[in-house]
Amino acid sequence: MALKGFAGFAIRKVGAACITVFAIVCANFVIFRLVPGDPLRMMFKDPRVSAEQMQLVRERFGLDKPLGEQFLHYLRELAHGNLGISFWQKRPALDVIADRVPQTLLLIVTALIIAVILGTILGAIAGWKMGTRTDSVILTIALSLYSIPAFCMGIILMLIFAFQLSIFPLGGISTAASGFTGFEYWKDVAWHMFLPALCVVFWYGGEYVLLTRSAMVDALGQDYIITARAKGLKESAILKNHALRNALLPVVTITGVNLAFAVAGIIEVETVFSWPGIGRLVYDAVMKRDYPVLQATFLVFAVAIVLANLVVDLIYGYIDPRIKVGGEE
Amino acid sequence: MTKLLHGLSSVKGFVMLLWTNKMGRFGLIIFAVFAVIAIFAPFLHTVDPSATGSCENMLVPPCAQFWFGTDDLARDIWSQVIYGSRISLLVGFVAAGLTILVGTLVGIIAGFYGGKIEEVLMRIVDFFMMLPQLPLMIILAAVLGPSIWNIIFVVSVVSWPTTARVVRSQVLSIRERAFIEASRCIGASDSLLMFGEIFPNVVPIIFAQSVLIVTEAIYAEAVLAFLGLGDPTTVSWGMMLHFAFESGVMSRTPNWIVPPVASIVVLIIGFTFLGTAVSDVLKPGYRETRGL
Amino acid sequence: MALLEVRNLKIYYFTREGVVKAVDGISFSVSEDETLGLIGESGCGKTTAVFSILRFVVPPGRIVGGEIIFEGRDIIPLSDEEMRLLRGEGIAMVFQGAQNALNPVMTVGKQISEVILEHESITKEEAWERAKSQLELVGIGSERVNSYPHEFSGGMKQRVMVAIATACNPRLLIMDEPVTGLDVIVQRQLLALTNSLREKMRLPIIFITHDLSVIAETCDNVAVMYAGKIVEKGDTVSLYKDPLHPYSKGLIGSYPSVRGEKKELKSIPGAPPRLINPPVGCRFYPRCPYAMDICEIEEPELKNVGDNRLVACHLIK
Repeated sequence: MALKGFAGFAIRKVGAACITVFAIVCANFVIFRLVPGDPLRMMFKDPRVSAEQMQLVRERFGLDKPLGEQFLHYLRELAHGNLGISFWQKRPALDVIADRVPQTLLLIVTALIIAVILGTILGAIAGWKMGTRTDSVILTIALSLYSIPAFCMGIILMLIFAFQLSIFPLGGISTAASGFTGFEYWKDVAWHMFLPALCVVFWYGGEYVLLTRSAMVDALGQDYIITARAKGLKESAILKNHALRNALLPVVTITGVNLAFAVAGIIEVETVFSWPGIGRLVYDAVMKRDYPVLQATFLVFAVAIVLANLVVDLIYGYIDPRIKVGGEE
Repeated sequence: MTKLLHGLSSVKGFVMLLWTNKMGRFGLIIFAVFAVIAIFAPFLHTVDPSATGSCENMLVPPCAQFWFGTDDLARDIWSQVIYGSRISLLVGFVAAGLTILVGTLVGIIAGFYGGKIEEVLMRIVDFFMMLPQLPLMIILAAVLGPSIWNIIFVVSVVSWPTTARVVRSQVLSIRERAFIEASRCIGASDSLLMFGEIFPNVVPIIFAQSVLIVTEAIYAEAVLAFLGLGDPTTVSWGMMLHFAFESGVMSRTPNWIVPPVASIVVLIIGFTFLGTAVSDVLKPGYRETRGL
Repeated sequence: MALLEVRNLKIYYFTREGVVKAVDGISFSVSEDETLGLIGESGCGKTTAVFSILRFVVPPGRIVGGEIIFEGRDIIPLSDEEMRLLRGEGIAMVFQGAQNALNPVMTVGKQISEVILEHESITKEEAWERAKSQLELVGIGSERVNSYPHEFSGGMKQRVMVAIATACNPRLLIMDEPVTGLDVIVQRQLLALTNSLREKMRLPIIFITHDLSVIAETCDNVAVMYAGKIVEKGDTVSLYKDPLHPYSKGLIGSYPSVRGEKKELKSIPGAPPRLINPPVGCRFYPRCPYAMDICEIEEPELKNVGDNRLVACHLIK
């Protein structure tokens, strides 16, 4: 190993991420050509696609040229940030997506922070009290919440709190034409965000309970816990310094992988609650058969996940002494 | 491991083993109920679920004729829910079968041969596992067009890598055991080793994995259909919810959305519990602690 | 007055299959300048017995009878908090398999100073200095105070364990198979360290092992355990020279002597009994080459045969 320590580790990780991004870019090219024959064939079937749009697509992909040249053309366009023109909105797909990013980030970051904190705490409690009644109650609820599809959870919450009790709005991000400004506006947004965020918290939090619990059970079974007990440490110190610190490492690694699942949650929840983010955009693009936008969202999601994983890997490498010095996992 | 195999040699023995587990019992009951519903669908007060009716039968509230009322095209909701179980179970089991087939094959080949073959196969697996599953399924389903077989294909495409990875790591540990070496000494061929010696040892893992994949496939069908990528020629729970959402009247028709949501949730929770139970009972030492 | 006195200790595991009598009425004592060896095959209850001295008995296990008197006070009825204060400070322990006995995400300095801070009212800086001198004491060198366990070899990790265990100057040290799994040279070094510590700190030690040579090198007295019972006890030299109990004979006969005459190595045929339904009479009866009729019916008592030697066997009058 030429490079030792954290720098070497980081460089290897960044290199691997670059290769993965390139593979995703290629896959994105291939998927669109999976259909036998002309990729435009499927659009001919759709009466909503006009001749003008057809021409746009033809230019975008250079479909009259050989595959290799098409691929180079695709890469060149991509390098300039051109992910195609939205059929539906008649403007660059990337712009369409960019408009939606803040809303999605607002919802998902808020919900994920709450979910991770609550899930980790409850999971740690369940693991610490393994085999007790507390544990089985937490475990059963978490497993149920985690397994219920996010869109079903969304519909259930909507049915109860929006339709029956009418204490939360049906959807959207703010009350239309309300003229709210400043604090009033943000209060209105928070009120709209409550149900979709709760939905993500339930579903994602449930998973974190399961993850933390099993990591905790695993850590508690290790010999170093007995060592800590033999030192005569207080239970709280054993929990905090020995069990939890070791249990959190696998939980952190999983966070990166989990973002792929979080994306599914975003699409489902935003669709149910008409939250104007990227997830809802995917649904709208499906309904409008807006392929360039669909492809662009896939690319954005995939690359975002690779980058997030990279960040998590680097954090993990930084906090786990075994990786920092050894250089090898 | 021999004990596990012994348990699996009879399906009855394994079901009995699951029955000793609380979650397993719960899952088995739910699965049995839905299986019975799916099989006997025509005899359960149903009509053709996709048959549209006359205008006066649109959006009828629950009554003696339409137990759960009708939707905006005057289709009987009860019949749609009952027949929907067929689609969910069909997609679940066929997709799981396909996934297990591909995943196991890749896992065994990678684990058995090692070296370059393993490296290449596992790189592909890692790449697939990195991709966001739902967007990938959506884009594939959108490109391939709406049909139940495309959904099954799409689900299999995103789920096989997990199986391949799990099977491979199991094969790696089996490969080192003495009996493989012994079989090689008496001149067994590679394929005999892989499918005669190694395969029986990965069966328990595959079994646990397949329950998970059935669950995922049922979920995937429901969510794709809900997002408007379902097969328009069939009736599924996800499709029902999609139509209810698009109708714009769903705030007034809980009888239209509660039955499919409840069905999806109960079936998926049932399978999740079953999956948890299967991996619990397959853990070494389970029988011992139960005194079995 | 002995430092530690264990009287008729019984620890049973209440499992679904039945009651496992892991430790069934053992008695022994350790005086203030003594090193006691506890030897036996794995599963004979020796680890369960010493774990109970720190009251590490987890369900389904339970101490069902007897007394563990440390410095004149029975520790079995102590509250959890009183027991916690005694651990690490009064009685310390070094565990088997140091590979996993150290916390992988904490520096060794922190792991040593942690125990000092818990039991003594000193500042963090003082504790840190103490941690450094502990590392020097076990021959590692204070400059490694900021290292993590994975940067150490197996032998060094076990030295760190010793540094942790002796950090608060405990009055009794328990070492549970401390050298198992280490290679022979590292074993020797660690035993040499143990011996020098014992002399320097005048530290009484209970040494648990299945390795006869380890006992021979470190212990004044030795107790042989078989199936939850002590079958023979005496000073190391005379017990090695002249084992009286058939099991001790077998144990010593099955061990090669480095110097001295070439004996034929014998292994003891059979396996230890399952402790759920132990034999009614002598527990060694099924494997004993000298078994008599009485051995099947009546359990032999531990009798003093003079010269501080105790044996539980019907053969010995």
